[in-house]
Amino acid sequence: MSTTLPSPAVRPDGRKRAFLEVNDLRVHFPTADGVVKSVDGLSFELERGEILGIVGESGSGKSVTSLAILGLHKGSNAEVTGEIWLDGREIIAATEEEVRDLRGSEMGMIFQDPLSSLHPFYTVGAQISEAYLVHTKVSKKEARAEAIRMLEKVGIPNAPSRYNDYPHQFSGGMRQRAMIAMALICKPRLLIADEPTTALDVTVQAQILELIKQLHDELNSAVILITHDLGVVAETCDKVLVMYGGQCVETGPVDEIFYAPEMPYTWGLLRSMPRMDRDRQTRLTPIPGSPPSLINVPSGCVFNTRCPFTDRVDGDKCRTVHPNLEQGATPGHAVRCHIPAAQRQEIWLTEISPSL
Amino acid sequence: MVRFITFRLLGAIVVVWIVSVVTFLIFQVVPTLTDTSPVYYYIGKVPFPPDSIQFKALVHRFGFDLPLYAQYWHFLSGILLGQNITDGVSTPIVCPAPCFGYSFRQNELVGTMILNAAPVSISLLVGAAILWLVGGVAVGTLSALKPGSFVDRVGMTSSLAAVSLPIFFTGPLLLLIFEYTLGWLPDTSYAPITEDPAQWLRSMILPWVSLAFLFAALYARLTRSNMIETMGEDYIRTARAKGLGRRTVVVKHGLRAALTPIVTIFGIDVGTLIGSTIITETVFNLRGIGYLSIKSIQSLDLPVILGVTIIAAVALVVANLIVDILYAVIDPRVTV
Repeated sequence: MSTTLPSPAVRPDGRKRAFLEVNDLRVHFPTADGVVKSVDGLSFELERGEILGIVGESGSGKSVTSLAILGLHKGSNAEVTGEIWLDGREIIAATEEEVRDLRGSEMGMIFQDPLSSLHPFYTVGAQISEAYLVHTKVSKKEARAEAIRMLEKVGIPNAPSRYNDYPHQFSGGMRQRAMIAMALICKPRLLIADEPTTALDVTVQAQILELIKQLHDELNSAVILITHDLGVVAETCDKVLVMYGGQCVETGPVDEIFYAPEMPYTWGLLRSMPRMDRDRQTRLTPIPGSPPSLINVPSGCVFNTRCPFTDRVDGDKCRTVHPNLEQGATPGHAVRCHIPAAQRQEIWLTEISPSL
Repeated sequence: MVRFITFRLLGAIVVVWIVSVVTFLIFQVVPTLTDTSPVYYYIGKVPFPPDSIQFKALVHRFGFDLPLYAQYWHFLSGILLGQNITDGVSTPIVCPAPCFGYSFRQNELVGTMILNAAPVSISLLVGAAILWLVGGVAVGTLSALKPGSFVDRVGMTSSLAAVSLPIFFTGPLLLLIFEYTLGWLPDTSYAPITEDPAQWLRSMILPWVSLAFLFAALYARLTRSNMIETMGEDYIRTARAKGLGRRTVVVKHGLRAALTPIVTIFGIDVGTLIGSTIITETVFNLRGIGYLSIKSIQSLDLPVILGVTIIAAVALVVANLIVDILYAVIDPRVTV
């Protein structure tokens, strides 16, 4: 495998590659109405043991990114460019067969809606052992035993008999547990969870997150947690990447993003979190407007059409010049915004933070 | 499961009973409305004027002067219990249950006629059904995997052509090419499979192909649209995310789900066609049930029409029953 793929573990600049490295990822879908730029120039790095939260509204390119990492756009009409390095192997240029071999074994994925993501005609157990059998040379009996072990591990009571149940016989939380068992049965070193708790009720959400964290500790995997729930991010993640209009608009350690965010969109996200300790009128401040069209991405800053702070920038820069992702207050914290750094920090401290 | 089957079986019996009432009524009442005694349709030639004593005697002998419910009971009990049919002169004809009556025009028990015709129709149908199911599903699946590709266009264009071409066009065309021009199939007369399998195959190939051609086209289109929908489902993405090979994803996960609705339609199609492959049987001169029914309709042979109608209804109901049971087996979400 590794002989057929270019596998330099070091980058051209001599630095060692991160376990997962995404460089200038672009995923474009040509349609009759124009090119949909779902992801447009996304870069990030992730080491084993880290949990990265990708947050953003619906349609900001979160799921498309995760599918690109799994190479699931291959064979579709999507145009994927850039580089995705997983443990020294490049995914985008690799053939379908090479990436297929990595799926499930090196990288596992948990999807949003566990009912529609499980095949209705096969038992939960059969679907889990199938994931094991495809990457491991064992008998069906051993795969079955392993699947039952995994079901027990994710907290499914009575695993040997639930093995033979169909997905519709499981509750929502149990289905997501089964999905997690399926994604983790081959002990992948990268786990992508795409809104794993969105379809579940709140009490179950916490259990599922706890389970993901616990398995993450055990396997020392890198985890990408895609969500639009900032509460989930705060609780679980080490790093955060805020996506808007297919681009990264702010990224940094979780504390930085929550306690010293610098990008107006991130402020908007934080203000959209309902606060139960406030008056009903001020509990929640939504971001006005709706996400940009990914066919006609606004020129200049992607967020300019909804940004309440464009008047803080000299001239018409927000509408004409695309801002670069530049370092914020601390290393590792990057922001895509024209407002001068000092001014951003001041706006946060004086105008945003007190109203949260 | 047993409860489910029992209920479906009872339902099926009710449906067949209703069909028997309706067909009985149509065939008994309509002649009365057209002011022609059903006895004409029943025995064919009646060499007596309608007001003569002999005519009345005939009407009386076959019970056409009884009230409708009594006539229906006679008809139904004949089917269920058998009866002896007599013209009053010759020795009575013993007609054991299930007795569908006697064709005075063709001097044969209707049951015997259907029994002789059935193997021909079944041979035709089974072969054609296998051909169209396999062919249609294969073409549909290949088309669905790359919609808009060359394979898809060729498949869908030719299936459109196939749907548009009636059997009375493709049938004779096939005969012209393979029997008369190329001479590959010099003798296509039917022989039962038990007597001469090779001849049976020779006689069946062209009818199979022309019947299957039409239906394969429908199934190809159906499979294609089902398959395109299925391949967009989340569980297909899951299957790919597990790292399964393309074939496993397409066949085990995709086709398995896409075929489920096709099974239903397949069962109903086969059930319907048992009594109604009239054109194919006529074009290829096969003496099956379709041929029997068209011949009986042309000569207004009432007992045969009644018998064939009920048998066709039973076939459809049984096919439906099998589909229902099968559905509970292939879709675990259907609770039984």
